[in-house]
Amino acid sequence: MTQENKLIIPDRLRSPLEQRLKSWESLLMLVAITIFVANSFASPYFLNAWNLSDATFNFTEKAMIAFAMALLIISGEIDLSVASIIALASTAMGAAAQVGIGTEGLILVGLTVGLMCGATNGVLVTRFGLPSIVVTIGTMSLFRGISFIILGDQAYRGYPQDFAYFGQGYLWWVISFEFILFIILAIVYGIILHMTNFGRAVYAIGNNPTGALFSGIRVNRVKFILFLLTGLMSGVAAICLTSRLGSTRPSIAFGWELEIVTMVVLGGVNILGGSGSIPGVLIAAFVMGLVTFGLGLLNVPGIVMSIVIGALLISVIALPRLWSVWRT
Amino acid sequence: MRRLIASREALLLLAIAIVLGIIASRFPAFITPTNLASVFNDTSPLILLAIGQMIVILTKCIDLSVAANLALTGMVVSLVNIAIPDMPIIFTMLIAISFGTVLGMFNGVLVWKLDIPPIVVTLGTMTIFRGIIFLLTEGKWVNSHEMSDKFKAFPRADILGMPVLSWIAIIVVILFMIVMSRTKLGRAFYAAGGNPHAATYAGINVGRTQFWAFTISGALAGLTGYLWVSRFAVAYVDVAAGFELTVVAACVIGGVSIMGGIGTVHGALLGALFLGIIANALPVVNISPFWQMAISGSAIIIAVVLNAQANRVKGRIILKRAEQAT
Repeated sequence: MTQENKLIIPDRLRSPLEQRLKSWESLLMLVAITIFVANSFASPYFLNAWNLSDATFNFTEKAMIAFAMALLIISGEIDLSVASIIALASTAMGAAAQVGIGTEGLILVGLTVGLMCGATNGVLVTRFGLPSIVVTIGTMSLFRGISFIILGDQAYRGYPQDFAYFGQGYLWWVISFEFILFIILAIVYGIILHMTNFGRAVYAIGNNPTGALFSGIRVNRVKFILFLLTGLMSGVAAICLTSRLGSTRPSIAFGWELEIVTMVVLGGVNILGGSGSIPGVLIAAFVMGLVTFGLGLLNVPGIVMSIVIGALLISVIALPRLWSVWRT
Repeated sequence: MRRLIASREALLLLAIAIVLGIIASRFPAFITPTNLASVFNDTSPLILLAIGQMIVILTKCIDLSVAANLALTGMVVSLVNIAIPDMPIIFTMLIAISFGTVLGMFNGVLVWKLDIPPIVVTLGTMTIFRGIIFLLTEGKWVNSHEMSDKFKAFPRADILGMPVLSWIAIIVVILFMIVMSRTKLGRAFYAAGGNPHAATYAGINVGRTQFWAFTISGALAGLTGYLWVSRFAVAYVDVAAGFELTVVAACVIGGVSIMGGIGTVHGALLGALFLGIIANALPVVNISPFWQMAISGSAIIIAVVLNAQANRVKGRIILKRAEQAT
């Protein structure tokens, strides 16, 4: 009798609303709102449209890459070379600007270099069947290494005047070009992942690559496209970042791969592949941006913020597991 | 004999010999015993870390926090040294090793008990460890004049013509050659990474084995932390920044499979030496040190491509044998 009482047989599924409220995304949203409210009490400078607009710059570029990275991680691969692709693309744009190529040309150069780097990773992973983590640790050194060979301790400056628009321009009032681009990309990637065959294939590959192959999904081709997309987004981020900084050094965007992976994992993407969502990554981008900005206003040094981000990364994964260990 | 020639380690030894040969043909001074000994001494920290990393990779994990562990332990022993300048070196070493061990255990517990993917754990602890250095020092450096002479002299002290630093590397290499081939734990590392399910059925606790791998990696990183800081006579937040990737590179070049289960101590040693020789040779042959990053990146990629090819052939042979048996 007691045995039976312990068994809870659900007579109906949880309602869609309940499911949505208990999801990772709504938990994150709650965190985001809490941080927002806490910040607005902690600093009088927080609730200022221009300050908030400035604050978006410290996550928009990373988030652009994080969207593509989310797809890649869901498919069971990873790309640690993204920050190095930014460095190489930025160096190439710098070199092109030196010989007098105009803004349109520079964009083409940035995107092409990004695509080529992504293709290199993709070929090594899909054609040679190598583990992506090693390949991209290798190309991470290689791509940034090429920037170091070209630039050494020098820097490229002297970008055309109108090139500055991508990182510094505003479309309307405090709404920057970068922020709009970030929103558009979030929507595009959300549609790709959640509403297309391609997106379903990404999930299928992450959950069971062999099963996906037998279901007629061209696994290697999908993975190759994902590496291309990640490379392309790194190229886009390189354009925005270079335009915003107005100069290129080989150490540009150093260590970003860590923050981008953190953003993706914080967004609820399973690092082992198979699950995750774009809205999650989008909210995670805001959470990280708000934390960084809020602590910055309180004069907390950057390295302490990195402790917070590191601890966030571990605890976000550890807490649900601790919870389930504690419950059983 | 045939297996020996075809082995990855032998190929790597050949590659090292060729590199040395090319350098020697233009700069004979590079291969004098004195210079080679100094190259070995320079590479010693990398060798120590690569051995720890190899053991972690054997168990299908990865430890990206080694360089941060090194920096934090280095800072802690430097601060202890400022507080108690004439503490015997043996205690400094013990503090370094045990502090590093604790940091390694922290990684290990998260991987073992909470089952968090190792790459996530160590990416996180990597930033946390470096952040703690900042909190300890507010970003200040501990400079040469603040360290006691004994503290700085130890790794350079000369025994039988070689500095203590080199001797420590040699001792650790020999120690782990024995541990990996002659002890239960050593074999468990291979079993846990080679086939975790089979290892579980054989009575090996895979999670605990991974925990010990992280502990050893942490202990070696701690030891290296003291040696590094005292050798360069400076401790600050960014000591050995980015070195974790060089360590992984040394392992991959040394034939350690990132999928776990395959790798040897002498492989890791040779991988580290390969990178060490290249780093030391670049200024000699007059190539800008800015080339180093791209060269080690290419070396990693070439090494994994070659390793993958080698493994593929091995798989086929097993299949043929199985066919014959039936």
